[in-house]
Amino acid sequence: MHLRPARRLVILAFLWCALATSLGACVPSSGGTAGGIVLAGSTSVQPFAELLAEEYAREHPSEPVINIQGGGSTAGIEAALSGTAEIGMSSRALREAELAEGLSYQPIAYDAIAVVVHQDNPISSLTSEQVRQIFSGEITTWSQLGGPERPITLITREEGSGTRGAFEELLMQDSRISDRALRQDSNGAVRVIVNSDPAAIGYMSLGIVGTFVKPVALDGVQPTTRAAIEGEYALVRPFLFVWRGELSPPARKFVDYCLSPPAQGILSGEGLIPVEE
Amino acid sequence: MLKEKLVQYLLLAFALTAVLSLTVITVFILREGLPVLVEFGLVRFLTDRVWAPTRGQFGILAMILGSLWVTGGALLVGVPLGLAVAIFTTDYAPPILAELLRPAIQLLAGIPSVIYGFIGLKILVPLIRENLGGPGLSVLAGALVLGVMILPNIIAISEDAIRAVPQLYRDGALALGATHWQSLWRVVLPAARSGIVASVVLGMGRAVGETMAVIMVVGNSLQLPTSPLDAATTLTSNIGLEMAYASGAHRQALFATGIVLFFLIMLLNLVATTFRRRTIRA
Repeated sequence: MHLRPARRLVILAFLWCALATSLGACVPSSGGTAGGIVLAGSTSVQPFAELLAEEYAREHPSEPVINIQGGGSTAGIEAALSGTAEIGMSSRALREAELAEGLSYQPIAYDAIAVVVHQDNPISSLTSEQVRQIFSGEITTWSQLGGPERPITLITREEGSGTRGAFEELLMQDSRISDRALRQDSNGAVRVIVNSDPAAIGYMSLGIVGTFVKPVALDGVQPTTRAAIEGEYALVRPFLFVWRGELSPPARKFVDYCLSPPAQGILSGEGLIPVEE
Repeated sequence: MLKEKLVQYLLLAFALTAVLSLTVITVFILREGLPVLVEFGLVRFLTDRVWAPTRGQFGILAMILGSLWVTGGALLVGVPLGLAVAIFTTDYAPPILAELLRPAIQLLAGIPSVIYGFIGLKILVPLIRENLGGPGLSVLAGALVLGVMILPNIIAISEDAIRAVPQLYRDGALALGATHWQSLWRVVLPAARSGIVASVVLGMGRAVGETMAVIMVVGNSLQLPTSPLDAATTLTSNIGLEMAYASGAHRQALFATGIVLFFLIMLLNLVATTFRRRTIRA
């Protein structure tokens, strides 16, 4: 849950590299060597990329192995820039500065972000303005929203998270998420906390909401894949593959596979919104 | 003879590796963290209350206070309990029980911190939320978990210190008509004081440095904690939480946090070794 092996790997690799650079011996390893293609980045995209990679390996046994790692959107974009991964995964749009470094990107799907509360919470609909006020700390108790007399427990993601980046950009606009908010480092951790605290509110990828927490309607629209496809539900962000320069032919082949109808079918079956070719 | 030399050089090489690693680590954190400290200002870094790394705000005051709260709480929990156990095993427990207790306590030290965090999250946090209020993820939860985690450090070193007090002191006190408890409280514990202080300082070092269990139970909010029921972030948990996602100045600021921690832990260890050395002389 908290201890995702992928993140531990990233930290370990990081420490190792740290040690090596200070000895002046860190050779940047390039992605795609040793017969495998490395994808790294967003932990929101990761499970879906893993699913596609598995299916791809089944259908194309002779192609190089696809190696999926986590680390977060910002780390994924960095990895694509530095060449430690051939493809970076991002669950937010690229920033101006990142685009200026000459990155190419390809959306492989779109994902709705759901605002979620505890199952027992009587509140089932909020306006964007209310969500903004809740997360910026202006509204502090559920009674201010017509709910029970209980302080709101805010759950947010850490800085650098693509889900947080997209949530801030799409919904918070210029407001800042309150310092009172509890920070958790994955969709799963947010879900665990919201599931166990009746006063909690958080936001997470719609695809993995499941039945543990309750998504609330935003401005009267229930977050569903359909509503997002039809453009009624506004909190939608892209899942991107990011790379620098030209993709190697095997990597290109994998990206093309991810955009193919069967792969897109798998993604939409998982609750994501397919890209329109 | 040749073998002897070989072993000697081999051991020397190992020892130097340890020293080298420490040097490399020191140089590296300083190199990575200093630029942001210089640019943002050390005082501002330590006293600013806003941490918004993607907006160029690098104040770690909330984390310093969080660390103080959580570590202080852990000592409140761990020190009396640890000392009581140390006194019990050295002076009151029948030898067989003491022999059983020792490995059991040392086993506590071997449990991975993520397990402590998980137990805290699943048992302590809901208990606190339902009975005391607040989100449950709190300074209190962190202090309780860490309080248990530092027990082995405190018990082991305090026990050694108490055992190191010469039997003559006890005999003398008893000969003057003191009861067992009186001789312990008035003579043995004061004589062992420096060792006990060292155990507390080392426990504190462990509490300050612990990361995983703390991330799981303190809530990681950026507010300045004002009550044990408030959520908080510690210096280490913030690094653990954000390192994977950090880049640029944000990453440097995390290294700068590392510098602050580094000097804090060095200081604590220095204090602990000074106190420990004194015990041995006594």
